[in-house]
Amino acid sequence: MEPEKSHGGHGRDSEKIRMLRLHRMMVTIRATEDALADEVKKGEIGCPVHLYSGEEAVATGVCDVLRVDDWVYSSHRSHGHYLAKGGDLYRLMAEVYCRSEGCSKGRGGSMHLSSPEIGFPGSSAIVSGSISLAVGTALAFSLKKTNRVAATFFGDGAMGEGVMYESLNLAALYSLPLIFVCENNLYSTHLPISKCLANVRIAPKARAMGVPAITVDGNDVMKVQVAAKRAIAKARRGDGPAFIECLTYRHRGHVGPNYDVEKGLRSQEELDSWLKRCPICTLEKRMIGSNYATKKELAAITAEVNKLVLSTRQEAKRCGWPHGPEETEFRGVFRGSV
Amino acid sequence: MRTMTYVGALNEALHQLLEDDENVILIGQGVTSPWYVGQSCTGLIERFGDRRVIDTPVSENAVTGAAVGAALAGLRPILEHPRLDFMYYAMDPIANHAANWHYMFGDQLSVPLTIWGIVNRGGEQGAQHSQSTHAMYAHLPGLKVVMPSTPFDVKGLLRSCVYENNPVLFVDDRWLYPIKGDVPEDHYSVPIGKGTVRRTGKDVTIVATSFLVHEAAKAAEALAAEGIDVELVDPLTVKPLDSGLIISSVKKTRRLVVVDGGWRSYGAASEIMATIGESAAVGSLAAPMKRITLPDSPAPASRALERYYFKNSEDITREVRKVVGGSK
Repeated sequence: MEPEKSHGGHGRDSEKIRMLRLHRMMVTIRATEDALADEVKKGEIGCPVHLYSGEEAVATGVCDVLRVDDWVYSSHRSHGHYLAKGGDLYRLMAEVYCRSEGCSKGRGGSMHLSSPEIGFPGSSAIVSGSISLAVGTALAFSLKKTNRVAATFFGDGAMGEGVMYESLNLAALYSLPLIFVCENNLYSTHLPISKCLANVRIAPKARAMGVPAITVDGNDVMKVQVAAKRAIAKARRGDGPAFIECLTYRHRGHVGPNYDVEKGLRSQEELDSWLKRCPICTLEKRMIGSNYATKKELAAITAEVNKLVLSTRQEAKRCGWPHGPEETEFRGVFRGSV
Repeated sequence: MRTMTYVGALNEALHQLLEDDENVILIGQGVTSPWYVGQSCTGLIERFGDRRVIDTPVSENAVTGAAVGAALAGLRPILEHPRLDFMYYAMDPIANHAANWHYMFGDQLSVPLTIWGIVNRGGEQGAQHSQSTHAMYAHLPGLKVVMPSTPFDVKGLLRSCVYENNPVLFVDDRWLYPIKGDVPEDHYSVPIGKGTVRRTGKDVTIVATSFLVHEAAKAAEALAAEGIDVELVDPLTVKPLDSGLIISSVKKTRRLVVVDGGWRSYGAASEIMATIGESAAVGSLAAPMKRITLPDSPAPASRALERYYFKNSEDITREVRKVVGGSK
């Protein structure tokens, strides 16, 4: 078996390095979403944007354990997964602005990010749409006798789709190296989970289909990472799929920069209670408590990341629009012959 | 050259494809069943094992998505659906995912997937075990649709589909299975997007698809006896359509009858007629174009109704006679 990732050092040193790495990624995702939210408010971004703020620990904790040749499928709320898997920030931002140097050449927009070279084949905006694709990729990895793993991220809303249960069954039936990661953020667009699921307990549904499942605090990146590490190691050994239900909350509304409180969809009290449990704050408290970093050092990292994100945003905004014969004649519908 | 049945040629193509390339897998409902797929899959499981010949549970949506995900990851799967009727459950992975992927993500990954959809109708099977839904798929950008009609073409087209870098719907018709024809032993390819002239003539062009090519050929024989000289064009691929071949034939014969096993409205026949309608050939038409299709009705079960519902050589003969008779 190959090592999961070279984390360097031992004991406290390695834990400190790991926490700093996880922290930087979560801060990068948050800064990106904040930077994009401002542009949506100003009308500079026209494409619908589903922000990941508040859920950073899930993508960060899982992707940190994956290798670059493992594949991750994602949903409409895709920015965090793309970045955590190692996607390029400039190409993400250019895509959200729908510009020519975007990761999908401006044809996909925020919901359709792709970067195959880092194991991110694409994100689907159809709820539960990429679950079965991940099943097939895991099947291919298994048939080719590699020890690569596929993972798929989706929300609690995806549990309402029939294809989810078909996919869970197939993954268990064929013992595939596939990690199902459910971001249970309590809402399916505007509807609370209680109006979507008669039984709101999600992990037992996966178990009923034959996939071992656990529920973890999705706002604690260390807990997500531990669960992911165990599941991924097992899948890599050829011991079948796993389902990780991560309890979390999206700070912003279903789509756009606002909070869905103004629309009467959620209460300010509920939002505030989750803002207090912000995954970045949780990690920072732990790092400070363990003497891995000072408040000042963490603030400096955040400032540095913010600066990078804002300068990248400027650069992305300067990128040209897709045009020219290749784009305006709508080529690329088919790939050319072998 | 050997003569063999259409189903024999299809079976041989599957054997050769699985033998030649370990990236090819066969996955779908009933690929080891004694009745789902006729004799088309005989001997495959014994020879290639259950890792490459996967008989799946009844989960059309997820199994189709899985075939798409396997294709993205580098395999060249052949995904089998025993009836097009059952494929409605699989529309999302085909339309939203496979057909969009290459364009939507900026020319990066593509989906080299062959979707083998079987038409299996007649025998009083009724509305949910009879459909020919090829036109719905042909409407989608990003998906190709082929409809082989002979033993030679089924073998060569299946190979082209498997080595195509894009998703293709390979529409297969169980009524073709016993038909015999010449088939080379070695492997070969019949190109996607190229039609063929099955019979040359000067009075009227019949464009017919799949099983109806054979009914149209019978009609052409009968009409020849009456002095009507039919040119029979088999497009073999309905998307992308070999429009040049059809246009040049119609320019010559100045008459067009299209015969397709789908429904009348918004179907393959409509598209073929529209292609002529937009072309220079429209100015040379000596008679209005005609389509022979299923009526806009679900398939009935009763044999007393089936004989009016499914079209045959007599229907074609009668309609062509009208088109030519009124204008000759």
